[in-house]
Amino acid sequence: MADYQVHEHDVLVIGAGGAGLRAAIEASAAGVSVGLVCKSLLGKAHTVMAEGGLAAALGNVDDRDDWSTHFADTMRGGQYVNNWRMAQLHAQQAPERARELEAWGAVFDRTKDQKILQRNFGGHKYPRLAHVGDRTGLEMIRTLQDHGVHLGIDVHMEHTIVELIQHGDRVVGAFGYDREKGNFRLFKAGAVILATGGIGRAFKITSNSWEYTGDGHSLAYRAGADLIDMEYVQFHPTGMVWPPSVRGILVTEGVRGEGGVLRNSEKKRFMFDDIPDLYKSSTADNEEEGWQYTQGDKDSRRPPELLTRDHVARCIVREIKAGRGSPHGGVFLDIAWIKERLPNGEDHIKKKLPSMYHQFKELAGIDITNQPMEVGPTTHYVMGGIRVDGDSQMSTVPGLFAAGECAAGLHGANRLGGNSLSDLLVFGKLAGENAAKFAKDNALSFGKEQEEQADAARRKALAPIERQDQGGDGPYQIQFELQDKMQELVGIVRNQDDLDKGVETVLAMKERAKTVTAPGNRQYNPGWHTALDLDNLLTVSEAIARAAAERHESRGAHFREDYTAKDEQWGKTTLVVKKGADGEMTLTKEAVRTMPDDLQKIIEENK
Amino acid sequence: MASVTFKIWRGDKDGGSFADYQTDITEGMVVLDAVHQIQAESASDLACRWNCKAGKCGSCSAEVNGMPKLMCMTRMEDLPTDQPITIEPIHAFPIMKDLVTDVSWNYEVKKRIKKFKPRSPDAADGTWRIAQEDVDRVQEFRKCIECFLCQDVCHVLRDHHKHEEFIGPRFFVYAAALDMHPLDTENRLEDLKDEGGIGFCNITKCCTTVCPEHITITDNAIIPLKERVVDEFYDPIKKLAKIFTGK
Repeated sequence: MADYQVHEHDVLVIGAGGAGLRAAIEASAAGVSVGLVCKSLLGKAHTVMAEGGLAAALGNVDDRDDWSTHFADTMRGGQYVNNWRMAQLHAQQAPERARELEAWGAVFDRTKDQKILQRNFGGHKYPRLAHVGDRTGLEMIRTLQDHGVHLGIDVHMEHTIVELIQHGDRVVGAFGYDREKGNFRLFKAGAVILATGGIGRAFKITSNSWEYTGDGHSLAYRAGADLIDMEYVQFHPTGMVWPPSVRGILVTEGVRGEGGVLRNSEKKRFMFDDIPDLYKSSTADNEEEGWQYTQGDKDSRRPPELLTRDHVARCIVREIKAGRGSPHGGVFLDIAWIKERLPNGEDHIKKKLPSMYHQFKELAGIDITNQPMEVGPTTHYVMGGIRVDGDSQMSTVPGLFAAGECAAGLHGANRLGGNSLSDLLVFGKLAGENAAKFAKDNALSFGKEQEEQADAARRKALAPIERQDQGGDGPYQIQFELQDKMQELVGIVRNQDDLDKGVETVLAMKERAKTVTAPGNRQYNPGWHTALDLDNLLTVSEAIARAAAERHESRGAHFREDYTAKDEQWGKTTLVVKKGADGEMTLTKEAVRTMPDDLQKIIEENK
Repeated sequence: MASVTFKIWRGDKDGGSFADYQTDITEGMVVLDAVHQIQAESASDLACRWNCKAGKCGSCSAEVNGMPKLMCMTRMEDLPTDQPITIEPIHAFPIMKDLVTDVSWNYEVKKRIKKFKPRSPDAADGTWRIAQEDVDRVQEFRKCIECFLCQDVCHVLRDHHKHEEFIGPRFFVYAAALDMHPLDTENRLEDLKDEGGIGFCNITKCCTTVCPEHITITDNAIIPLKERVVDEFYDPIKKLAKIFTGK
């Protein structure tokens, strides 16, 4: 019996961070009805945590910058396994998306000639990140949210989707519940856009909040979509390490962009010790040159602290393992030293990095204008995700679109800082536009069979509450254990034994999760919510572990101590995860698509 | 490590009471950590909102020992742990369950505030020129994380329940952010006077005291807006001029 409320929208967007909001705005502008579902309150999604800025080749600070350089930087950062079409569209369209944000009310810091100011960031050849202090994400999400509320989008706050509904292959809706009462909802939709963000909660140390349990990845997977590049998980080099309760919280790369340096316990700037060949010619070989670069000297090369995140994270791990770490198991990140070079250093730090100042002062009792921070790697972002068509953002399942972190391709094996906010805008827009078109062109077909799918999803969702007296594990128990194991076995430095063990462990935990229990009732019950998200977390964990175990090379964020080098053949190979006919996860190898000559030429010119 | 007692409000719109929980506190913990630990140890259905855990999203608002706080930014070592610590939901909005309240009113209020309306672009390519000092001036208000603690502590909402006639400090900050936006051209003064009920604010500055972002809400947002409303609608000379000119 159907005990659920039914909503119908032309386009249903799942997730209300930057990508979801931008997609909803675009779909709405195309004249279709739009529903937006989010697990939290509107405006609280992880985009709010983005600090550094949004990468767009505006050329306001250095007019040598243009889309082709941004494209080449993105491909180099991604170790050339990116979806080159996405990297091209992203670089080409990001400037327009940034300017549009300003037209909607975003306020960015300015250059002397009153244009949008841009800052340096790891892997970007020129100063490219439009920003406002270190709270760019808040500015962006608030701008999109405030713009969006006037467009007639139906927002379903604090709702969670547990299953997609299909007609044949095509996705025609989604089924979920409202968190407040635990009442079920069926959303019929001509097209569905997944914008659910990442998977950080699969690991113990993470910058991600409770929301990031790979919901979109897993919903798409269960609906038969391809996931690619799942082995590439970004560990941001600088998360807080102390006190224990804030371990993992992000410390923006902007600290290094503003001149912050990494030191070990011997006070040595260890990043000069290991500069990868791909970046030798563009990296400073002395401290003075690095400093000049951060101060805008166009003839200087970047300091090694601004190498790509994968590399910096590994160098930090190396120092810690060698016993040269800080007291609480990190290394030192020092911005206070710039007072030696800037007369108004203290004010400058507070102005450029206000939320970092605030965060350390209030959570760790550290004044970053006087003391170094202690930092270490934290699980931050997943490059892998739902395979989409670069132009339309449609997944391999008709009617199912994806944008932002849950979609894969743009970032290849490693994402450059700043490319995420621009990713959300560029591909959020494209997803919204194309989903609206798809919904207009394809009449919705919804019948008894679809209602049965909804009923099945309802039964599955209720199970953890119904079996609460049967003695299975509680949701937190399984979740914590999974996070521990993923951190230990599938973390920053990987090897075959650990990864094989990782796969086995996840499979065993999947079995245990089948009897997970959630005490209490359906009314705002975090235990129940955690139990339902667990299924998604286990799916993405399995995909990550399997793909990582298969890729016998080191590339970007995927580092294998048993295969430390890059391998030419693997460089041409994409790993595809898909649900098999028997319900088991399958992993297949596919050739990376060859880049057209004009793009190849850009890469060569920028080498 | 020390075991600390927490009195946490449990219940829903039909009523509830404080329940006692014991949990161990370690160095550097914040109140939200304690709540999470209690959830994991003994009350998996204890409802509370949270996201960023770094004071940036404004989800985990509650009243800790009677003070409106973000739980993620309230350190245990700043609280007296020799006596029970009380945690209850914010008071200005209806209870959903435990520490979670229905703040949807705030989202409805925002919809009614006239949206950003930029002046025509300054340059042929459709972009604007803005001085950094104009960006700096508006930053204070744009820092707001919408935790609604200012709404919670405002007696006009909390005690007098004027939700129909008064939009509260958060939306005066929002209006100030738009008003001082270097590109905005909209006039919202009449709305602030009428639907906004800015006259109800009698400048007790409680909102400023509790703001976790340290926005000087009363002095920098509300008072200047009040002055502008007065200038526009209650200036005696303007009134006289209106009588004579008939405008």
